Amino acid sequence: MSLNDALLDPTGEREATERPRLARPASLDGLTVGVLDISKVRGDVFLERVAALIEERGIEVKRYRKPTVARTAPMEIQQAIVAEVDVVVEGLAD
Amino acid sequence: MDGMGKMQEIGLVVFVKRDCPTCVMIAPVLSEILQRNDLKVYSQDDPTFPEGIDGVADDTALDASYRLDVEIVPTLVRFENGREVDRTYGWDRAAWEKVAGASGLGADLPDFKPGCGALNQEQDRLAELRIRHGDTPMVSRLVPLGEKEDAIEACFERGWSDGLPVVPPTQARVLAMLEGTTRAADEVLGLMPSNLDTCTVEKVAINAVMAGCRPEYMPVVLAAVEAVLDEDYCLHGTLATTRFVGPVVIVNGPIAKRIGMNGKGNALGQGNRANATIGRAVQLAVRNIGGGKPQGVDRATLGNPGKLSYCFCEDEEGSAWEPLTVDRGLAAGANAVTVFAGFGLQGVIDDLARTPEELVETMASCLRAVDNVKKFPGPDCLLVVCPEHERTYMEGGWDKARVHKELMARMAVPADGVLRGVGGMAEGVKPQLAGKTVSKLLPDGLMIVRAGGGAGKFSGIIAGWTPGTPESSRPVTVEVKT
Repeated sequence: MSLNDALLDPTGEREATERPRLARPASLDGLTVGVLDISKVRGDVFLERVAALIEERGIEVKRYRKPTVARTAPMEIQQAIVAEVDVVVEGLAD
Repeated sequence: MDGMGKMQEIGLVVFVKRDCPTCVMIAPVLSEILQRNDLKVYSQDDPTFPEGIDGVADDTALDASYRLDVEIVPTLVRFENGREVDRTYGWDRAAWEKVAGASGLGADLPDFKPGCGALNQEQDRLAELRIRHGDTPMVSRLVPLGEKEDAIEACFERGWSDGLPVVPPTQARVLAMLEGTTRAADEVLGLMPSNLDTCTVEKVAINAVMAGCRPEYMPVVLAAVEAVLDEDYCLHGTLATTRFVGPVVIVNGPIAKRIGMNGKGNALGQGNRANATIGRAVQLAVRNIGGGKPQGVDRATLGNPGKLSYCFCEDEEGSAWEPLTVDRGLAAGANAVTVFAGFGLQGVIDDLARTPEELVETMASCLRAVDNVKKFPGPDCLLVVCPEHERTYMEGGWDKARVHKELMARMAVPADGVLRGVGGMAEGVKPQLAGKTVSKLLPDGLMIVRAGGGAGKFSGIIAGWTPGTPESSRPVTVEVKT
């Protein structure tokens, strides 16, 4: 580890240095689910099936699509996802 | 370290660098010594220097130089039985002959030529060496960064920021910050509410780095943190309240000028590094060490912009009045920090008053209006008097004590005018107080300081949390230690 690869902890050191992932919800009931198609070939086929299965359970699904798989999602899409849904499903396919 | 094991078996060791004219000049002397003695040559900047000498040790990493605490190059050291017994530095023929145990060295050279500074003593390199060799007092855990993680973004992600970018607290920066105080890194200043985690000098230094402080601000930052940790300040309460307050930090004494603080124009505004970062360091320490974060323990309804940083110094040089430190029971000229749980700034404008009697009525009426014109008592207040207003008082023969006394005398009003419901306003004092007198401030509820630019009849009131009872927050003054 070089000298600038780490920072001294400014806190009371109550939490782990690695940030935990957000906990998975116990149930999707009452939540809105986002489905993000990253524009990988045939990813839309897989994700559309997932979306349909979720919708069959009466859960609201919102669909998003990145313009290209080569780049990170535009800020507009990132902000829409944060504002509109509770959980996101994305998939890689070929 | 390569060569260090052998170093102690070798009689003579010399440290040189190509960038040093004295080292270049004495290079032939090294060959002369080598003809008679073992000599290990360590080059700080270029292992091909000196030319013509075999086996020059590459000390561009400076580990050998650091271990022997070389200050000047060239430095010649003599070992006997594994222990250093003599050393000389620069070029001094007699001293070199003594250390080397040889005579007739450098016959063509002048008798004396001073050397150059050793690279391992340069500030950045020395810090790096101390960290690499584990010679630092820091014990906080290291939080590794991801390979592509930006350090400033990482601080945001980990919740360490007040909302503005922070300076990433690398080991080198924290080590430099700790050089700003003689206090030990592991000295405990207290338990920081609300988590009651241990607040050490080191933890404060880390937060001071993040706030953007220079090391010379550390004594002031430490005093301010000690002040908010004092039970009289009631840090937990000032965090948990839904009211506006945060720590307002007032610095007195010559240290304010020495570290470049601003008590003149825009004293409560932006643009001065010491003012801006000292107050911020205190708030970051509260946030990070004690866990006092908005949406968490900090329940403020609105808060106030000063909760990013609220720090200034009294303009002692520009004022004829006794400084706040004297009011707080310290000697004039003492270096001290006073913290006050306060918020915002309520302007006190009077362009027309030409006598103390006129001006004091304006100031008193503004003080009585704090929080709500019908709230009695109101919170403790800090009155910041501008130079032009001070001059009006001085020209009328009023010193600060007189101003204080006259203001306090005007804090009492008939309760009948501020009863609940009077004037159509529900707020007010209880009906049982009808016919009595009520006071806006408790007897020791007013502090006065002098600050601000030379032009403008614009003073200010920094209102506090609540009336300063022992159960509430009281101002705390702490002398600055080096």
